[in-house]
Amino acid sequence: MDGVKGLGELERTVMEVCWAREEAGVVPATARDVSRALADERDLAHTTVMTVLDRLAKKGFLDRERDGRAWRYRPSASREGYVTELMLGALNETGDRDAALAHFVRSVSQDEIDALRQALDELTQEPPA
Amino acid sequence: MTGPALLAVAALLTVLGAQGLSKARWTWRTPRIAIGLWQALGLGWGIATIGALLGVALLPYHRGIVHGVPGLVADNAARLDVVHMGALLAAVALTFVLLTMLATAVVRVVRARRRHRALLALVARGDSAAPDALVLDHPGAAAYCVPGVRSSKVVVSAGTLALLDDKELAAVLAHERAHARERHDLVLLPFYSLRQVFPQIRLVGRCLDAVELLIEMAADDRARRHRPAKELATALLRFAAARPAAAPSGTLGVAAADIPVMARVNRLLRPEPQPRRIRVAASVAIPVAIVIPALLWTLPPF
Repeated sequence: MDGVKGLGELERTVMEVCWAREEAGVVPATARDVSRALADERDLAHTTVMTVLDRLAKKGFLDRERDGRAWRYRPSASREGYVTELMLGALNETGDRDAALAHFVRSVSQDEIDALRQALDELTQEPPA
Repeated sequence: MTGPALLAVAALLTVLGAQGLSKARWTWRTPRIAIGLWQALGLGWGIATIGALLGVALLPYHRGIVHGVPGLVADNAARLDVVHMGALLAAVALTFVLLTMLATAVVRVVRARRRHRALLALVARGDSAAPDALVLDHPGAAAYCVPGVRSSKVVVSAGTLALLDDKELAAVLAHERAHARERHDLVLLPFYSLRQVFPQIRLVGRCLDAVELLIEMAADDRARRHRPAKELATALLRFAAARPAAAPSGTLGVAAADIPVMARVNRLLRPEPQPRRIRVAASVAIPVAIVIPALLWTLPPF
């Protein structure tokens, strides 16, 4: 399991490098660029970085295009985009109640929110027992 | 004709039972038993309805359902006229649609969850405020679990960490872990799939709503074993009040106590005892709803 966990963490680190370049407006990264960016914090074989980039591209998280003999990798969506996708799924605002997730609380109307606020006030203003 | 008629009656009874159960409030006192009853009614309905159709189809063989099928196979359905053939096709089609939709729902959920986990691995972080949970950097309030066979993950948003105090957060995490541990996602799956098969039948939608509320109550009950009920109640109210308002259609004039969240808060703060006779009656009804239709399949004609 350690190996799997390590690989997941590596994917995340590599994505963060690609996102940082995108935000800085730098050209999409080659495997060499990613290796260099990570050289300080990790001792990674260049082939490992290439493998991770390849995996991320196959999973659809990175788009790649040819640049001479190398590939350049660009994030398919921003980090915020993915966070929003997860939150929309969780908040259930996509209109499709999906069985994937059990939701903590369902959406309520404005009238209901008023009633809830009132109940909350009553509950929290009680003297502590 | 008695066999199919009895099965049709059984199917009708499960529908009437579902109708009654969708309006019942005693279920809130015993959510786990009520969930079992819903599952039994669903299964019983399927067995009885398919059985009634098959029973009509196999009438010319005079041997009931289970013992009539070999005869049907042996003479290549030669004895079936149009009506019997129609019933046979309906039975096969219904079985096929129900099973296919369930399988499709499973595949869809597995895929969605795989992507969800992959995304979480890329963008969620740990936080000392919520140990054992993943945190999403988003101002909205959300808490949920991603159930799994090997490991389940509880996810909360940064907005949730800001909204709740430590005790409320612990109560919410306990609630979400209860969903994961009791695999409530698997309880919901057949009901979601049934709603996809019959999207226009309102009773099916009400069944789903009722079961959804019951699994929340079951998770509340488990959470309150570990955390004071009041912490979970205030967390629920904060959460619900923080949510963006949904379209008010159809909810106007609803009494506060009938809002699902309020119902949950009320039973957390003022738990009602589970009457023994209700527990016993429901526990008997669960096997009966399944076994009676199944027995009717094996009956010889009389």
